[in-house]
Amino acid sequence: MKETQGVTRRWTRIAQCRDIPLREGRAVKVGNREIAIFNLGDRFLAVDNRCPHQGGPLADGIVSGGSVVCPLHAWKISLETGEGANRANSSSCVETFRTRVEHGVIFLEIAAPVVSSEGTSARDLPLLCVKPVTLADGEASCNHA
Amino acid sequence: MKKLVVVGNGMAGVACVEQILRHSPKFDITIFGDETHVNYNRILLSSVLAGEKRSDDIVLNGLDWYQQNSIDLRVGVRIAGVDSLAKTVTGDDGSVTRFDKLLLATGSVPLIPSIEEVKKEGVFVFRNLDDTRALLERCRPGLKAVVIGGGLLGLEAARGLQVQGCEVTVVHLMEWLMERQLDPTGGGYLAAKMNQMGITVLLGLSTSAILGNGKVEGVQFKGGGSIPADLVVIAAGIRPNVGLGHEAGLEVKRGIVVNDYMETSHPDIFAVGECVQHNGICYGLVAPLIEQGKVLAATITGNKGPKYQGSVQAAKLKIMGVDVFSAGEIGDKLDGSEVIRYEDPALGIYRKLNLKDGKLAGVILVGDTADSHRYMDWLRTQQDLAPLRRQLLFPAPTEDIGIDIAQMSDSETICGCMGVTKGTIIHAIHEKGVNTLAQLKECTRASTGCGSCSGLCQSLLKAVVPEFEEEVKRTICQCIPVAEDQLREILRSQQLKSVQEVLEIYGNGIGCEICKPALSYMLDMLWCGDHDEDRSARFINDRVHANIQKDGTFSVVPRIRGGVTSPDELRRIADVADKYKVPMLKITGSQRIDLLGVKKSDLPEIWADLGMPSGQAYTKGVRMVKTCVGTDFCRFGVQDSTGAGIEMERRFENLFTPHKVKMGAVGCPRNCAEATVKDIGLVGQEGSWQVVVGGAAGKKVRKADLLVTVETTEQALTAAALFFQYYRESANYLERTYDFVERIGIEKVRKETVYAPDPAKHGLLERLRKSKERSSDAWLERDTPRHPTQFIQIKPLEEVFA
Repeated sequence: MKETQGVTRRWTRIAQCRDIPLREGRAVKVGNREIAIFNLGDRFLAVDNRCPHQGGPLADGIVSGGSVVCPLHAWKISLETGEGANRANSSSCVETFRTRVEHGVIFLEIAAPVVSSEGTSARDLPLLCVKPVTLADGEASCNHA
Repeated sequence: MKKLVVVGNGMAGVACVEQILRHSPKFDITIFGDETHVNYNRILLSSVLAGEKRSDDIVLNGLDWYQQNSIDLRVGVRIAGVDSLAKTVTGDDGSVTRFDKLLLATGSVPLIPSIEEVKKEGVFVFRNLDDTRALLERCRPGLKAVVIGGGLLGLEAARGLQVQGCEVTVVHLMEWLMERQLDPTGGGYLAAKMNQMGITVLLGLSTSAILGNGKVEGVQFKGGGSIPADLVVIAAGIRPNVGLGHEAGLEVKRGIVVNDYMETSHPDIFAVGECVQHNGICYGLVAPLIEQGKVLAATITGNKGPKYQGSVQAAKLKIMGVDVFSAGEIGDKLDGSEVIRYEDPALGIYRKLNLKDGKLAGVILVGDTADSHRYMDWLRTQQDLAPLRRQLLFPAPTEDIGIDIAQMSDSETICGCMGVTKGTIIHAIHEKGVNTLAQLKECTRASTGCGSCSGLCQSLLKAVVPEFEEEVKRTICQCIPVAEDQLREILRSQQLKSVQEVLEIYGNGIGCEICKPALSYMLDMLWCGDHDEDRSARFINDRVHANIQKDGTFSVVPRIRGGVTSPDELRRIADVADKYKVPMLKITGSQRIDLLGVKKSDLPEIWADLGMPSGQAYTKGVRMVKTCVGTDFCRFGVQDSTGAGIEMERRFENLFTPHKVKMGAVGCPRNCAEATVKDIGLVGQEGSWQVVVGGAAGKKVRKADLLVTVETTEQALTAAALFFQYYRESANYLERTYDFVERIGIEKVRKETVYAPDPAKHGLLERLRKSKERSSDAWLERDTPRHPTQFIQIKPLEEVFA
């Protein structure tokens, strides 16, 4: 357990590497939300499995380099930053999760505890972020807090 | 007006006449041709044999050209005698024609090696259009064909026969293929390519006899051994046709001897083309003949001046996917020459340059001939290559072909076959108002030989003609900057079978949601399903065989062929809807039933419970055939549309297409199942079927065009199949049939499908058959998933939250 930006995060064993085919994504149900994990060949990247546009399942999208294209309306989301990669959606973003691989197992760094409300599905939860905030060094990033 | 008689209506003779027409004084011209055709492009005969072109397509000078230029054309007349004193020629029809000047352009005849019992049914030569037609009539899929001769012509004939479905063996006397144009290593690379294509190559074998009793049964070799054959093509080389030269008392060695002005030993008799010998050399390729023609035209019209000083010999093998180019001196034993080589056996690429005194003397390219133009130019100009020494094998690529064009000097040759320079083309553009490729071909003859310079011609037009509108070449997206039709050829010839491979070699290595599915389709279509299917390059619908909905659930549409179902099927559908609490059950517009709101993880079980095949309602593929009740119950039906529709659905189902394909079959012109607004429709009439294509009733409404009217259901299904496969092979990805038919034009669609030559039709049907054979019901993946987690949602390995 460690503290990051005031949120408790923990490395969690999530899936076997072989569960996720090359250049595809898979959704993992973590608590009451879904996280999409992608196999990019040299690394695994994880984002919230909800497109910021209309909540489409990003895990079902086509991978394009370091981005995924939502299967519903083709919003392109960077898997590295969580930000929209098209001009139209550049101000939207999804939460990203740090990943680590050990002995063929993918670990995700997940904030815990995540609010769990009975009878509410992940899709009903509000989006975690909508606008990027500008950091001191000028780099745009998502406000995941 | 003086009378000019031309003996020979082939490429060399007519090209020379074209040149003569540009000079004055004018002649009264008569051309004799022993073939019964107008002048056609002999180089492309192999394309006719392969079914890629029809005989009409290779005509160079139509009858109207002869008329416009007041040329008296006598086809089917062989000139049997020349009287050089009386200045007359005698035809085999008994006609005697007087001349002031005589031009012999008698070409060459096939060299028949001394083989016993060569005159048998089933033994062919491959030299002219009639030979080609005879071969086409004879060859059939499965026949064993033996081609004697592994030179340019033999190999092209072999490929043509193979495309027609024959099992082909090439028997070559020498130790390696194309020994006049290649060295042993290059020949080895070529043989490997031919083998890869499925053509057997036997080297160092001399044919001693044709076996069989009146009809070919096999081929026997010197020193024993034989192979079976149903068909033998002799392509062992050519020999100048010099009979008339002797007759006229001219000096004849191997060919009719001419000097630098193309004059023979008789002041009023001239000769051009394959029948002549200049400086000891008889040329057998088209470019030198064109150069000779230009010189001769000046001489014969009294404008003597230009000299013919021999040509650099260059040869290009015209077999799709087997790139071979050779020019100049290619032997290893040139005095004082240096040899530079590059080999990549895995990719089948071989390059060899012969340098002499720092200049290019010869070049061989196998497997990749993209730079042939540049090497050809180095050969012709004898440019000093010392400054380029380190980039000789791989000249710096020219990103934008426009730059390359700009750098070329006016004297550089663009069209090697017809000997047309950049300067000539620019002159034609400025002075003759040429601004399309078709006009350029007509005016300068550029790009009418092997056609490999058409890209350069296009670029030149684009650079020089202000209002030039390039044929719109559609690229898929920015990831792969190659026009779609060109890309199909590349994938085919480079034998590329996986999306990622294509992206890495020809694209940005990454790809996107637009090009990945497009490439997936292309590879599936090109290799008839025998490719490396990469599901990551497919849209989610094609990964889980269901249509994704706005909430991330899926819709399931089982196949109900022709819309005809049964109580049993309906009960199973109802049970499934209950069991899986399917939120909506809907009758679709396509006479099918849609189960909407299904979870991905339920898909495999639902398919199993339904026990019905996939209706492919989620993919760019064969959707359905909507039918009316036809003759079974309807009072008005005159054709069994239900039966025909169900059969059509069966024949095409499970296949991918550039965009979705919806079909219809109706039993009478009342059109209850709306066949005339479907991609493919069968419209039943009293005693016949109309097959209609390119209809639409979606974003766009379009009445389908009539493809053909036929008598039987089987003929209608075949016509539909021809169009279906033609659309699969020629349409751009995501192009519906209604856009495709409008773009191509129904006339051309007919010519390429129902009115295509038999071999072309056979090819379409055969490739469709192959694809169909390898396809299967996608829902069978319920039992053998492509990947263990294809349908399931992964559960975390450790419980995270309390």
